[in-house]
Amino acid sequence: MNRLDIQKTYKLYIGGKFPRTESGRYYAVNNSKGKLIANMCLGSRKDFRNAVVVARKVQESWADISALNKGQILYRIAEMLEGRKEQFIEELVLQGATKKAAENEVEVSIDRLVYYAGWSDKYQQFFSTVNPVSSSHFNFTNLEATGIVSIIAPENQSLIGLVSVIASTIVGGNTVIVLASENLPLSAISFAEVLNSSDVPGGVVNILTGKREELISHMASHMDVNAIIYCGNDENEMKSINELASNNVKRTIFYKKNDWLNSSNESPYFIEKTQEAKTTWHPVKV
Amino acid sequence: MANKNKPFKASWSYDPAPESTDHIQLQKKYDLYIDGKFIKPESGKYFDTINPANDEIIAEIAIAEKEDVDKAVKAAKSAFKNWSKIEPKERGKYIYRIARLIQERAREFAVIESLDGGKPIRESRDIDIPLAANHFFYYAGWTDKLEFAFPNRKPKPLGVAGQIIPWNFPLLMAAWKLAPALATGNTVVLKPAETTPLTALKLAEIIRDSGLPKGVVNIITGAGKTGAEIVNHPDIDKISFTGSTAVGKYIQKAVAGTNKKITLELGGKSANIIFEDAAIDQAVEGIIDAIFFNQGHVCCAGSRLFIQESVANTVIQKLKDRMETLMVGDPMDKNTDIGAINSKRQLKTIENYIKIGLNEGGEIFQTDCILPEKGNWCKPTLFLNLSQSHTIVQEEIFGPVLAIQTFRTIEEVIEKANNTPYGLAAGVWTQNGSKIFHMTQKLKAGVIWANTFNKFDATSPFGGYKESGFGREGGLHGLKPYVKFE
Amino acid sequence: MNIDFSKIPTYDTLGVIERVNRFGKRSIKNSSKVEGLKLALSMIDLTTLEGKDTKGKVEQLCYKAMHPHDALQNIPTVAAICVYPSMVSIAKKALQGSKINVASVATAFPSGQSDLKIKLADTKFAADQGADEIDMVISRGKFLSGNYQYVFDEIAAVKEACGKAHLKVILETGELETLDNVRRASEIAIQAGADFIKTSTGKIQPAATLPVTYVMLDTIKDHYLKTGIMIGMKPAGGISTSKIALQYLVMLNEVLGEKWMNKEYFRFGASSLANDILMQLVKSETGFYQSANYFSKD
Repeated sequence: MNRLDIQKTYKLYIGGKFPRTESGRYYAVNNSKGKLIANMCLGSRKDFRNAVVVARKVQESWADISALNKGQILYRIAEMLEGRKEQFIEELVLQGATKKAAENEVEVSIDRLVYYAGWSDKYQQFFSTVNPVSSSHFNFTNLEATGIVSIIAPENQSLIGLVSVIASTIVGGNTVIVLASENLPLSAISFAEVLNSSDVPGGVVNILTGKREELISHMASHMDVNAIIYCGNDENEMKSINELASNNVKRTIFYKKNDWLNSSNESPYFIEKTQEAKTTWHPVKV
Repeated sequence: MANKNKPFKASWSYDPAPESTDHIQLQKKYDLYIDGKFIKPESGKYFDTINPANDEIIAEIAIAEKEDVDKAVKAAKSAFKNWSKIEPKERGKYIYRIARLIQERAREFAVIESLDGGKPIRESRDIDIPLAANHFFYYAGWTDKLEFAFPNRKPKPLGVAGQIIPWNFPLLMAAWKLAPALATGNTVVLKPAETTPLTALKLAEIIRDSGLPKGVVNIITGAGKTGAEIVNHPDIDKISFTGSTAVGKYIQKAVAGTNKKITLELGGKSANIIFEDAAIDQAVEGIIDAIFFNQGHVCCAGSRLFIQESVANTVIQKLKDRMETLMVGDPMDKNTDIGAINSKRQLKTIENYIKIGLNEGGEIFQTDCILPEKGNWCKPTLFLNLSQSHTIVQEEIFGPVLAIQTFRTIEEVIEKANNTPYGLAAGVWTQNGSKIFHMTQKLKAGVIWANTFNKFDATSPFGGYKESGFGREGGLHGLKPYVKFE
Repeated sequence: MNIDFSKIPTYDTLGVIERVNRFGKRSIKNSSKVEGLKLALSMIDLTTLEGKDTKGKVEQLCYKAMHPHDALQNIPTVAAICVYPSMVSIAKKALQGSKINVASVATAFPSGQSDLKIKLADTKFAADQGADEIDMVISRGKFLSGNYQYVFDEIAAVKEACGKAHLKVILETGELETLDNVRRASEIAIQAGADFIKTSTGKIQPAATLPVTYVMLDTIKDHYLKTGIMIGMKPAGGISTSKIALQYLVMLNEVLGEKWMNKEYFRFGASSLANDILMQLVKSETGFYQSANYFSKD
């Protein structure tokens, strides 16, 4: 007798746990032939709000983890992803990618994690300055995490895009709430499983699935979110994000047409986007 | 004892030592500086700029309306073609020239700044004007070195920058904005604040005299409406704004849906924290610098003072004694420590906050000084017995009013200091090195002054976290808001 | 000695420099300037402390003290003459009938490197000769090696040896180097019985500076707040112009205030300051800038 497959239930990833959406809603994801692939949680504004609460709770302790350690944690994510490469390729294929494209995307994603793992204890050296002020003070500028970042992941390049924005944002000490690609959401939740099995503390990365239309306004307006990254090029969405972001002077970052597979889309400048420059003065004199 | 409450009262009073104003040349009327010329506003409308120390009208200033703004933006747009392409070394030389011209006419600028804005001549002479010149000097040197500021990238200018500056440091803010914009190859439409337009217009004269190509810098005057016209003009590529958080939010919203980049340097309610192991006497001086510098019209003013309980009485006593020695009055007197409040409107705002402080049960202390009859004045003021929930602890007052709270532990004070939507600056006073670094790391603010306060330098980036804005001005980091990458 | 050194305030040097620079920026004009100059003149301890001092030199100085510049009306005399112990009796005699005090350095001045017995004998000798004020030096070596108790005891012993004479304690701040040391030494001196604390011997550079004097004034202020007792202050050495003297007075005015603004509580230890002040006073009277040729050296 043939064994019946165990099908995977895709849930949200909040605070290091995999809850169902509090709303109890779901949406169906079909493949190109219209066949049901999975039922995804239709995340709600309350799910998002809950995620912000945990993201705030752990942000400082995540930022306080040493740069070396954060780098090792990112490297650990890469290791875990490498180990589950086949699953990710399968999921991408299931969602319509060719085998070759899927393989490439997964491999670039692994390498991208390694790339940002390496920047962890270096970007600060790249962007910091000692400022030769005219008075008798020691003065330096270094970067600190902006805080909590909402991320609207790219609709296409659902794995490499997601990995690129998450890695470049958390490596700088931010915690994030990510809205996965609406139509290609599988890799995002599987990536959450990778995160959960590596050493990333719960709450650092939170991943929601659901409708852009429904969630973007909350992601842009929440007063405890410090920055929002939007991947896409819908002018109306960008306008609305900017308008809502102004309520708490949220930083807005738009990645309109980035090809995340291309190595030109990896650089420390992506880390800098969600960093604040802090300048410190102290007298020098005995 | 002469006076039980004021055992250290000064008895020797100094005769007036007014700065000479003979050498100042001011016109009765100022037009708009557009495309290298001073031209009349289309509407023919002017407003008065008033000396806040005696309510006298100094000059009439043109009001730029939509057509004028459009002219200025057009001039800037057309100048951009060449300015963005000229040899960077040559571009630098123009900016160096502006720096030198400011230095040569420093005393004149200082006097006008104090006349128009009410700040003590000592501050405009020793701080505002030299720093403004330094900013041009600093950024002049960057023009031909930009690729070293952004390794692996190719920085390009944005285009036309609309710059809207506040009334608290008129020339200095103009320099903060103009210097990096010009150094990176942008052209500019700059609007000084309504109450303090004169030094920017004097700067326009210098810019004209410097031979800077026409249209590269346009300086137009007016109130908020003029500013809005700049913000909403379709050919503006960049808005750089320093001012209130409310207006900053308006701008962020207004540019939504456009490709305009923005830099916002907004309000603050900066914490100044005195630990028991501080050098108390310098801490007291730091409190004075933090809140009474420029009449407290400073976005990064240390307006929330936190004193550790064990030294609170000592610090407050010393602070009161020190406040009594502050000389309030004629901004043109070289001995004046605290000048005039910038405008009637601002004075009203401050007085209203003082009323709120009293109504909410705060204990007030003001010094004994005698205020002049004419003009806008506010005694140095502090409030005791406050908690985080008091209005005057939460809201920016922008005047010489200090809100004092006490604390017991480090954790407590970090929590309180960060418990604000703002994040511009903070001060920490302790002689313990480890504690300093702990604090400077934990405080959420763009500028941290440890054992000092309200220090500024052309090489030192300035700007806030959270609702205090984004983008940095000064230093290498100050170049970034004016470039894009290919 | 009952001093808790862990509770003694510390200083940030740059902060103190910035603070005193503000005093230097006060612009003192017209009648307030004349008032300040006269006050400064009245606070001078006219000083000669040289190996080559003679009876003649000291007598000339005493005459100068009593007659600063006869052409000027309504000017005060200096506060005191400051000499070595061997010159005290000469000065005392020369100043008879005036209200000018005689101050004598003592305690193996300027280095203080001798035995306590000798220092006490030195002090007693000066006092017996008629010195109204004794300017002693602290043992800086002992201080810097942390033997505060020794320094304290020594000052207390000298104080006793002074009898009726006022005691000024010279910290020799140029050898203490840090402002925190200056504060500690000031505390010790005051606790041990100093009537005045004084910056320098004039033999070591730097001598008096505004920052050092500021810290000493701050100590005096704290002591007053604690005990109600007023201690005097004497910056000495390096104050040679009216301009600098006025900066000290501005500082005194704004830190300690009116009660200290007199020769009972503030002195300048200086040799050439008096003539510069006189030149300035004549200038403000006549409107002409002056030449040193018109003012007697001593």
